[in-house]
Amino acid sequence: MTSALLDEPLLRPGNTNCAGCGMSIGLQWLDEVFADQRPCLVIPAACAIVTAGAFPTTSYGVPTLAATFASAPAFATGVSVVTELNGETNPTICWAGDGGTYDIGMASLSAAAERNEDILYICYDNEIYGNTGGQRSSATPEGAMTSTTPRGKTEWKKDMVAIMAAHRIPYAATLSVAHREDFLRKLRVARQTRGFRFLVMLSPCPIGWKSSSDESIELVDLAVRSGLFPLYEVFDGERYTINVRPDGTDLREYLSRQRRYAGSALDVDAAAGRIARQWRILETMAKQFPA
Amino acid sequence: MGRTLCTGNYAAGHTLAVAGEANRAARGCCGGAYPITPQTEIIEYLRGFNFRKGRIVPVESEHSAMGVCIGASLSGARAFTASSSNGLAYMTENVFAAGYYRLPIVMIAVNRTLGPPWNIWVDQGDSLALRDAAWLQFYCHSHQDLVDTIAIAFRVAEDARVMLPVMVAMDGFVTSHTEMVVELLDQERVDRYLPPCEVPHRVQHSRPATIGNLTWPRETERHRRDIQEAMERVPAVLDEAIGEFESMFGRRADGAIVAEQTEDAETILIASSTMAATLRGVVRARRLRGERIGMIRIKQFRPFPRSELLRAIGGARRVGVLDRNHSPGSGGIFWNEVAATLHSSDILLQDYIAGIGGGDVTPEILDSIIDDLASRTAAVDPLWQEVAV
Repeated sequence: MTSALLDEPLLRPGNTNCAGCGMSIGLQWLDEVFADQRPCLVIPAACAIVTAGAFPTTSYGVPTLAATFASAPAFATGVSVVTELNGETNPTICWAGDGGTYDIGMASLSAAAERNEDILYICYDNEIYGNTGGQRSSATPEGAMTSTTPRGKTEWKKDMVAIMAAHRIPYAATLSVAHREDFLRKLRVARQTRGFRFLVMLSPCPIGWKSSSDESIELVDLAVRSGLFPLYEVFDGERYTINVRPDGTDLREYLSRQRRYAGSALDVDAAAGRIARQWRILETMAKQFPA
Repeated sequence: MGRTLCTGNYAAGHTLAVAGEANRAARGCCGGAYPITPQTEIIEYLRGFNFRKGRIVPVESEHSAMGVCIGASLSGARAFTASSSNGLAYMTENVFAAGYYRLPIVMIAVNRTLGPPWNIWVDQGDSLALRDAAWLQFYCHSHQDLVDTIAIAFRVAEDARVMLPVMVAMDGFVTSHTEMVVELLDQERVDRYLPPCEVPHRVQHSRPATIGNLTWPRETERHRRDIQEAMERVPAVLDEAIGEFESMFGRRADGAIVAEQTEDAETILIASSTMAATLRGVVRARRLRGERIGMIRIKQFRPFPRSELLRAIGGARRVGVLDRNHSPGSGGIFWNEVAATLHSSDILLQDYIAGIGGGDVTPEILDSIIDDLASRTAAVDPLWQEVAV
């Protein structure tokens, strides 16, 4: 391998990602922690495969496989198995959106986690089907308007970390682009852990969230501070660490900066109550079953 | 190995396993395993086999079974799996992905009726629904045919001139669950018969390509035409693979079609899989009675062997096609292909749909079909031959 290749960034400049896309930040930070190990990316149908651009060019500086929508964990299993059979150490990393993770990819994701395949799975969760123009997924939060929930979604968001932790995988954690050191540290934990690792990052989508592209990082910060998006880690599905606690920031601060909530019938006090109950569960787990 | 009494499923499982094991000097083997009647014994065999450099992954669905094969093949391993019926239907998206990714995966399709309503018996509609997925397809009529074809399938699939996946089909229960004496392949000779699997476009960290990103119409058309051209190279590659199989194992495997007594035949029956084995006895008996009758077993459905078929049909006046499959709104799927092959001839071509849902097509039924064909002055729409189990 030439040094020029090692200098190659995982995500090349000049890609087609929108301004303010959380995924772009995530990929650059992934590069910081994993580039020297030359990973293989497996990307299902998602904005992230459009990011690659059109053949014969690509924005990815590492081997990247486009998987069918539901199949990233299955494709990655094949890659990971053959990598290991041949004594190679290149990590296999799935990089998937919430549609490919929470919805259509759920069965293959659950199966790969249950088998504890040596795969790092990272979901960049922008809470919609972004690539098709912003339709609801089971990651879309209550109250958010999408093109298929024009009056606001009436169901609460699926708790993906709890589902993955219930598989008793070695490592599950949440990532915030507003908390760089925490983000990088968790990637390093994932790097040092074998078996199935699941990370989910809240990934702002200015187009879908109808937010200002220069506020993406601030929005995630507000989501963490208001308690909506807890930063925590679960080891082996049974030991919990909370990384950042809510600081009393009003949930309305987060909601009011995104027009996807404008005019929605969301009962903010009820939502805040649900968030508080989720935190009681999380605090109990962290106290009773600390890492 | 010597001669062994075993089921079709056992024979298929064993052959896949020794083929996978043969790649241990290269990048090993990998596949996905998911049960569905009547192929389950195959994946059980694979899970029980002690590969020195291989792993069979017990997945949660057929869709993922093919997904694992794709990931493994894109990483340079020899990859294979097996399925049937609704399993093949559920797998479909990734079956196309394997074809379009030009991956030399081998899959055993144990033909079973698609449901609902639920029926576990033989019908070729499941694998024939995948005829446009850029896979080669072979339909086997006996256990030995199956064993030899699977070994040859890996040779052809992995040949750089082809580089396409291959489906090897057998009849559910009739082949999969019955026992026949078969010459299984020994590891030592399979090691020599199958060269190391080389997937030229596999993941290589020294060459960080993106596989499967967007293409414009021009590149897409080029990609499809490349696949068509690879299909057109199959006859020559298959001939070589059969020739080398014969010098290694001492027996001649069947090619794309098997024509019997067609040279002077006025009437020719066309069939596939085990129905062709039954037909053989019927045609021979009628020959003995002085009828100018012959038969053709179509073994290779993709690429469809048009020129071989035209040659074998020669100057026949009547051709009857037996289809254990049905495309609603059209007719038998083999008949469609034969009709396209004979489009510029005035041969009387009649389709008979027989044995749907696993109905037993006996010699008596075949005799009545041949009598019907003899009595016709012109072809009519596909005829349904209702048979009882």
